[in-house]
Amino acid sequence: MIEVQHLTKRYGRITAVDDVSFRVERGEILGFLGPNGAGKTTTMRVITGYMPPTDGRVVVAGFDVFDQPLEAKKRMGYLPETPPLYPDMTVREYLTFVARIKGVAAGERKARVEKAMARTRVTDMQARHCGKLSKGYRQRVGLAQALLHNPDVLVLDEPTAGLDPKQIIETRQLIHELAGDHTIILSTHILPEVAQTCQRVVIINKGRVVAVDTPENLTRQLRGAETMYVLVDGGDAAGLLRAVPGVTRVAAAGQHGSAVGYEVESTRGEDVRRDLSRAVVSQGLGLLELRPLRMSLEEIFLQVTTEEETGKAEPAEEATA
Amino acid sequence: MSNILAIAQKEIRSYFASPIAYVVIGLFALLFGYFYVAILDWFVRQGMLGGMGMQAAPLNLNQQFVRPLLLNATVVLLFVLPMITMRTYAEEKRSGTIELLLTSPVTDLQIILGKFAGAIVLYAAMLGVTLVYVGVLFVYGNPEWKPIATAYLGLLLLGGCFIAVGMLISSFTRNQIVAGMLTFGVFLLLWVIDWIGSFLGPSGETIVNYLSITRHFEDFAKGIIDTAHLVYYVSFITFGLFLTAKSVDSERWRG
Repeated sequence: MIEVQHLTKRYGRITAVDDVSFRVERGEILGFLGPNGAGKTTTMRVITGYMPPTDGRVVVAGFDVFDQPLEAKKRMGYLPETPPLYPDMTVREYLTFVARIKGVAAGERKARVEKAMARTRVTDMQARHCGKLSKGYRQRVGLAQALLHNPDVLVLDEPTAGLDPKQIIETRQLIHELAGDHTIILSTHILPEVAQTCQRVVIINKGRVVAVDTPENLTRQLRGAETMYVLVDGGDAAGLLRAVPGVTRVAAAGQHGSAVGYEVESTRGEDVRRDLSRAVVSQGLGLLELRPLRMSLEEIFLQVTTEEETGKAEPAEEATA
Repeated sequence: MSNILAIAQKEIRSYFASPIAYVVIGLFALLFGYFYVAILDWFVRQGMLGGMGMQAAPLNLNQQFVRPLLLNATVVLLFVLPMITMRTYAEEKRSGTIELLLTSPVTDLQIILGKFAGAIVLYAAMLGVTLVYVGVLFVYGNPEWKPIATAYLGLLLLGGCFIAVGMLISSFTRNQIVAGMLTFGVFLLLWVIDWIGSFLGPSGETIVNYLSITRHFEDFAKGIIDTAHLVYYVSFITFGLFLTAKSVDSERWRG
C-alpha cells in the first residue's frame, strides 16, 4: 500500500533522511519510532507529498506521490505534528472546508463530516471555534480532518502528543478500529505506544533505518543472551549459580532484607531455570523468586539508536533527550 | 474551479471573522470620506469663483472632482492593501495549516488563485463602500458615469497588482509583520519609481515611467481604457502570481 524506496532528503548540507526504504501492507499499522530529530516528520512529509524527496520515490496506493500527486493525495489523510486548524472557523465549518478541498462530493459532505466527528468524539464541540479548543480536542479535530474523506492511507505524526492518559487510550482505540480498512503509519517517540498499537516497527535514527520488525521479534532478536533474575535467601549463592551448566555470568543485583538478588545470564536458547532452581534448593537455600528479565522495547530502542556512538559520553541521554 | 472557490470562500470568511475586513473597509471609507469633503470644499469654492465671473472655463464634476478624489484614494491603498495580503501565506505557514493545503488534492495554482480571488473580493467590497459617496454626486449633480466606471476598473486593476505583489512577499516569510512592512516598502517604491526618471537619461526614463504603477492609472482616471495599460496591469498580476507559485514551490524543496 505504501512503498518507500531509497528515500533521501537533504536540507542544504544537512541530510535529514538518508536512504530509507520500507513497505507497509494494506491494513497494517506501522510504527515509526525514533528520537526527536531522527527524520520522522521529514519522512512523513515526503510520503504525504508536502515536500519532494531529494532522491528516491514514494508510491502510495499505486500512485507515485511525486508524479501523480493529486491521485496519491486523494487517497491519503495526514495529521501533522500540529493539527492544521483555522482558529476562526468552527469545527463544523472547518471540517466542511476540508471535505471540499479533499474532493468529497457535495452531496456526501454533510454525512462524512458527521461521521468523522462522531468517530473522533468531537460532535459536542462542532459549534466551537477551532482556536478555542483544548489541546486534546484540537488533536481529535485534526484526526477527524485526516480521516474525513475515508482515505486508504492515514499518516499520523505523533497522534497522541499532548493528550491526557484517558485521551491517549481513546486515540489508540480509535487507531485500532481504523486499522483494517485503512493502512496507517504513525510516528511516535513513546515506546509503549508502539508496542500496544503497531504490528510492525521501523526504528529510525539520524535519518537512517536501524531496525524494521514486529515489536515481538525485535524484543527477541536483540536479546543476545537470556537473563534471569534470581532471589535467594539464606546465604551466598553466587558460586553455585555460576556452576550451573550454560550460565555465563552472574552479577549481584541488590539485597532485599536477608535475601540477595542475582542477575544470571545464560547462552541463548538454553532454558536454565530448572537447573537453577534445583541448584539453589539442593543447597538448602530459599528460592524466593526466579523470573526471566526481558529487554523492554525501551532498552532495545536505546540499544539500536545508540549503537554507533558507544564510547561517547552518555549516549543514552542524547537519544532520549 | 470548485477548489479555487472553496479556498476563496475560506479566505473571505477568515477576513470577515477577524477584525481585518472591518478595519480595512472602515479605514478606507473614513479616509475616502475625508478626501471627499476636502476636495468638495475646494470644488465648491471654485464654483463660487466661477459664479462671480472670475473663472473662464466652467467646472467639470468628473475632471475636477471625481478624478482628484480617486487619485488621492489610491494613496490610501498603499497602506491598506498590505493589511489584506500580509497574512495570505505567512499566517498559513506560522499556524501549520499550509501542511493541510499542500497535502490536499489541490494544485498550488488553485490555492494561489483562490487566495487572490478572496483578497480581490475584500478589496472590491472596500471600493464598493465608496460608491455610496459617488452615488451622492448623482443625486445632487450630473456627472458622467462612464469615466467613473473606468476609473473604478483602473482602481481594481491597480489593487490587483498590489495584491499579487503582496501575496508574493507573504509567501517569503512566516512573519506577518515582516510581510506587511516589506509589502508596504515595495508598494511605495513602485509608486515613486518614475521620480528618478530624469536622472536615467531618455531610455531609462521610458523604462521607469512604464514600470510606474500609477502612471498607468492616470488614463483610467480620465476615463480612457487603453489596451497598453490593460496589458500592463494584467501581465503584472499574472507575473506576480506566477512568482508566488514559484516561491511556494521552492519552499517545498527547501523544506
